[in-house]
Amino acid sequence: MNSIIKRNQREKRFKFYGILAVATAILLLVILLFKIFSTGISAFNQTYIGVKIQIQVNSDISNLDPRRELRRNIRTMFPDVKTRSEKKNLYSLFSNGAYYEFEEMLDNYNGEKIDGYYYFLASDDLDMYFKGTVKRKGNSAGRIQPSQMKYIDMFENMNLIELKYNKYLLGSSDSREPELAGILGAIYGSFYAILIAFITSFPLGILTAIYLEKLASKNRFSDIIETNINNLAAVPSIVFGLLGLAIFLNFFDLPRSASLVGGLTLGLMTLPTIVIASRSAIKSVPPSIEEASIGLGSSKIQTIFNFSLPLAMPGILTGTIIGMARAIGETAPLLMIGMVAFIVDIPSGPMDAATALPVQIYLWQDSPERAFVERTSAAIMVLLLFLFLLNITAVYLRKKLEKKW
Amino acid sequence: MTKELKISAKNLNVFYGKKQALFDINLNIYANEVTSLIGPSGCGKSTLIKCFNRMNDLVDICKYSGQIMIDGQDINHSSTDPVSLRTRIGMVFQKPNPFPKSLYDNIAYGPRLHGMFNTKEDLDEIVISSLKKAGLFNEVKDRLFESGTGLSGGQQQRLCIARALAVNPEIILMDEPCSALDPIATAKIEELIEELKEKYTIVIVTHSMQQAARVSNRTAYMHMGELIETGLTKNIFSNPKHAKTQDYITGRIG
Ligand SMILES: Nc1ncnc2c1ncn2[C@@H]1O[C@H](COP(=O)(O)OP(=O)(O)OP(=O)(O)O)[C@@H](O)[C@H]1O
Ligand SMILES: [Mg+2]
Repeated sequence: MNSIIKRNQREKRFKFYGILAVATAILLLVILLFKIFSTGISAFNQTYIGVKIQIQVNSDISNLDPRRELRRNIRTMFPDVKTRSEKKNLYSLFSNGAYYEFEEMLDNYNGEKIDGYYYFLASDDLDMYFKGTVKRKGNSAGRIQPSQMKYIDMFENMNLIELKYNKYLLGSSDSREPELAGILGAIYGSFYAILIAFITSFPLGILTAIYLEKLASKNRFSDIIETNINNLAAVPSIVFGLLGLAIFLNFFDLPRSASLVGGLTLGLMTLPTIVIASRSAIKSVPPSIEEASIGLGSSKIQTIFNFSLPLAMPGILTGTIIGMARAIGETAPLLMIGMVAFIVDIPSGPMDAATALPVQIYLWQDSPERAFVERTSAAIMVLLLFLFLLNITAVYLRKKLEKKW
Repeated sequence: MTKELKISAKNLNVFYGKKQALFDINLNIYANEVTSLIGPSGCGKSTLIKCFNRMNDLVDICKYSGQIMIDGQDINHSSTDPVSLRTRIGMVFQKPNPFPKSLYDNIAYGPRLHGMFNTKEDLDEIVISSLKKAGLFNEVKDRLFESGTGLSGGQQQRLCIARALAVNPEIILMDEPCSALDPIATAKIEELIEELKEKYTIVIVTHSMQQAARVSNRTAYMHMGELIETGLTKNIFSNPKHAKTQDYITGRIG
């Protein structure tokens, strides 16, 4: 009687420990996500300043210097600004991007009269102040001097400072200026790298698994291979970076910093994971099905491709996607093969120099500008989103393939 | 009346690694008869039956010596292709093992593999006639495109028989085909065996004395990897020559 009560108590206690462990894990995850989201979400909006732009009907704008023209328009709003340093302070509220935006506006000019307030990108210092990240102390805020604050207050009084969607973050590549920096280049780089990693490691991994599981005779040699593959899965990723450096850059002389090399390196890194997952998936295919197939006169290879492989496919895909998800978040091997460079162009193919999302995150968190903090978190959010999508795909494929059988 | 010799094993020894599973087996199996293999668990019945279609090739550690002749041809000879050998020999396993495909695709698998038809109608015909031969057609005729794994155990086993019949084999090997089935399903399969022996040579492994007595023309009794006694079923059961056989069929060992 007593022992039953004790046993029940013990079970309750263990259940409680279990719940406690799960709750701790969830809590930590929530804290992490909350921190990232609360820091990163503001990067999706960016501060813009309204400027009154006036262009007459059918003006000849072909010789217009957009920089000088925008500045002229800004100055018109503040007739009192006279001295060089006053002008400099006023202009410094705008980002260099403002001039590009104005240039674009001029490019689209169709001869109609323009007269009204148009919004142009503000500098990162103003952005940080306006978002409240940098607090105002008297007449200065962070790197904003009282002489600049004067103009900020004027714009604010006119209600001309606004937050708008930050098209640079997801629409452009890296930049020295935080307000112009984006992750599109890194997304492309990651995309090419993952694509190449998948193309190389998926077929290679499956074929290796099939060979080891179904075709190789069991002897010392296959034992050694098996042990080594298991060990490879545990090798630190930076070692794969060194391997990629030695093979793809030094030996094959492929272009440095290219996502091709990054992809091949990540492919090498993922290969053992895929082999191990595929082997266990192939191993768990019921032997009775394979016997039936052999018994009907299928050859070994036919049996593998008609039954073993399709039946193992959900497991193989899950393993592959987990491997890919790991590869997508991997930084260290990419550092070794030079994908860490500051790259302003969006790569147009896997041979172009590129960087990858996690490397971009690494670069940004190392940047001194305050505005890169929120961008780092925003980039992490995008990376997490990709991981989430990959996992959803894994679940979906699994369900779908399992249903087919 | 003299029967045509279909399979004959001569001085067959089989090893799994160092362990010898069959000792010097000499056995004749005749065409259009049912031969049953009986004997206690682990005596090598499955091993023997798998030698006939070289299923043991799949087991790395399995080695043979001796000869197995089918229609006078040595099946272990290097000129015999195990894949084409297996198309002449259908096999039904202890546990029903339908493919996780539709009923139709289950049966069509073999014919498709060997290109045994010209038109879609031919294939339909093969599928339907195989199902009819296996006595399953009426039960499943309106769910041919549903999964084969959705059938009852007995239906699944008859599906496996139909699947084996679809490639038009000469010999059918059955390894305890009824061990997972209830008496009614068993009776159906036994009836089926009765019909099939008109056209096929059947070797069946069974643990049920009654079943061996009911369905087989000849019986071979094995013990610890040796073939103890073989002969017409009625003689073996009524008048076993060997004491071990006597013990086994009267239930004293096994
Ligand atoms: N793949 C294998 N590897 C090693 N030994 C095996 C293998 N298959 C069978 N054996 C051994 O060979 C012997 C004969 O086995 P077999 O399966 O032929 O027996 P069986 O007569 O079919 O028994 P049961 O009636 O239980 O099915 C057994 O001792 C078994 O342990
Ligand atoms: Mg057996």
